[in-house]
Amino acid sequence: MSATATIASRVAPRFSWRQPSVIPGFGLTFGFAITYLSLIVLIPICALVLRTMELSWQEYWAIASSDRVVAALQLSFGAALIGATINLVFGLIVAWVLVRYEFPGKRVIDAIVDLPFALPTAVAGIALTAIFDKNGWIGRFLEPLGIQVAYTWLGVVVALTFIGLPFVVRTLQPVIVELDREIEEAAATLGAGRWHAIVKVIMPSLLPALLTGFVLALARGVGEYGSVVFIAGNIPYRTEIAPLLIVIRLTEFDYAGAMAIATVMLAISFAMFLIINLIQAWARRRFGYV
Amino acid sequence: MSDHAIAAPLNWRAPTNEARPVKAVLIAVAMLFLGVFLLIPLLVVFVEALSAGLPAFLNGLSDPDTVSAIWLTLLVAAISVPANLVFGIAAAWAIAKYEFRGKTMLITLIDLPFSVSPVIAGLIYVVLFGSHGYLGPWLKAHDIQIIFAFPAIVLATTFVTFPFVARELIPLMQEQGTQDEEAAVSLGASGLQVFLRVTLPNVKWALMYGVLLCNARAMGEFGAVSVVSGKVRGQTNTMPLQIEILYNDYQWVAAFAVASLLALLALLTLIVKSALEWRYGHELSNGHR
Repeated sequence: MSATATIASRVAPRFSWRQPSVIPGFGLTFGFAITYLSLIVLIPICALVLRTMELSWQEYWAIASSDRVVAALQLSFGAALIGATINLVFGLIVAWVLVRYEFPGKRVIDAIVDLPFALPTAVAGIALTAIFDKNGWIGRFLEPLGIQVAYTWLGVVVALTFIGLPFVVRTLQPVIVELDREIEEAAATLGAGRWHAIVKVIMPSLLPALLTGFVLALARGVGEYGSVVFIAGNIPYRTEIAPLLIVIRLTEFDYAGAMAIATVMLAISFAMFLIINLIQAWARRRFGYV
Repeated sequence: MSDHAIAAPLNWRAPTNEARPVKAVLIAVAMLFLGVFLLIPLLVVFVEALSAGLPAFLNGLSDPDTVSAIWLTLLVAAISVPANLVFGIAAAWAIAKYEFRGKTMLITLIDLPFSVSPVIAGLIYVVLFGSHGYLGPWLKAHDIQIIFAFPAIVLATTFVTFPFVARELIPLMQEQGTQDEEAAVSLGASGLQVFLRVTLPNVKWALMYGVLLCNARAMGEFGAVSVVSGKVRGQTNTMPLQIEILYNDYQWVAAFAVASLLALLALLTLIVKSALEWRYGHELSNGHR
């Protein structure tokens, strides 16, 4: 123990901002992690923000509030909102069914829920386009009904629903597993019908997880590019998403335009990131889980 | 309990269960939703790829530009994934084995790339290294090409796959605590010995899990790479970009042939991932059990 004691006493005064430890390697691993994080993530993001700050406020506002940018942001945000809402409803049903019921093929179905995480977005994009094209497997049945999905805003919603699908299911599943069945039993003995118990007893404890999954799906949808550009049709003012507009500005060598839109989107994602953390902090206080 | 069940009438249900028809409807709705949004897209990739027969499928894959795209994709993943693996281990070691101020902040920053749009992930490197960027003039004077070339593709891919390994390891290693490592040190083990003999065996499946997801994303990344690659055929096109080019050229079968390779990779990833969860779930971080 004398060796460890000397290490501890040697290290402790130098790093007063951390507790002494006998395990070696803090300087090496912490130093490497911070350097790598700075080089790959922090410095490039700061560069974007600094470069954008070279624009005057009027210039910035003129770009950010131009009709085409506003239309693109509205589409990205609106379609992501609808997609996340669809996932909220169906994700709850899928998660409930996967945790509470037994049926053949359950494990395979549970595994396939993660497909949108594993399937490259470009592959998802061309596959969804092929399906919802007016000659496609599903599109041909929608065509006579006058519903066109591919190359309209509905296509954007479909792509963003696909992309956001795992978030609600995967945040809900562990929470449903942990639900205390005794509380449901108590509700039943007190005369609550099943529906009443679900609405008044189960739903409130699922609420934080539902909200977290919803915002995660929303955040992913707002920034999504690959799966959307194939199915959207990309008509300016109508089916052009915000990330695509950044790409278009870049190909036009309009760096100021690209950076202005990008920083607006960064601000939106940080806001949602903050919201998720607030929900989780609230859930920890209120329900004791993340 | 068993005689209780016998005494109950056949259509009896526990008050904490849903009625059987409700169950059936919920299962049907879930299956329909997953069928439309997951199963059919997966199926259509393979059907379209093989729609003109096997020779056309193989022909689509043997195009020299496609072959070079496959090689580029493998090469990029072969650099990005190990880089993020080393980072993940270092970050998890520093965060899980020590107590220091600002730890929560550090964990938050590691997750940051997940909340950034892939297009912005590409843009930040254009701002830094592009001809109008901060380092652009200097790079040009020294004849170093980063944007629209291999280095930027690697950087953008590394950015979008940045948190995968770290976020698997950090919660698990925090949960495991420091007692094993402290014991090893007190018995005279060096830092490297502690890591290889004590820590690594405890986290090896979680490590593999993170690498698996990291690799799937690295090989499939589209948005970030498309911003920085310049899309020179046969040179700076990865597989997802090659899919886009073939698709826009109306070469459907070839586009879906390349897509089917990536879909196979996705399926393989899901199978190995599920196998890890079923077999070694107790050795993965919370939430994968």
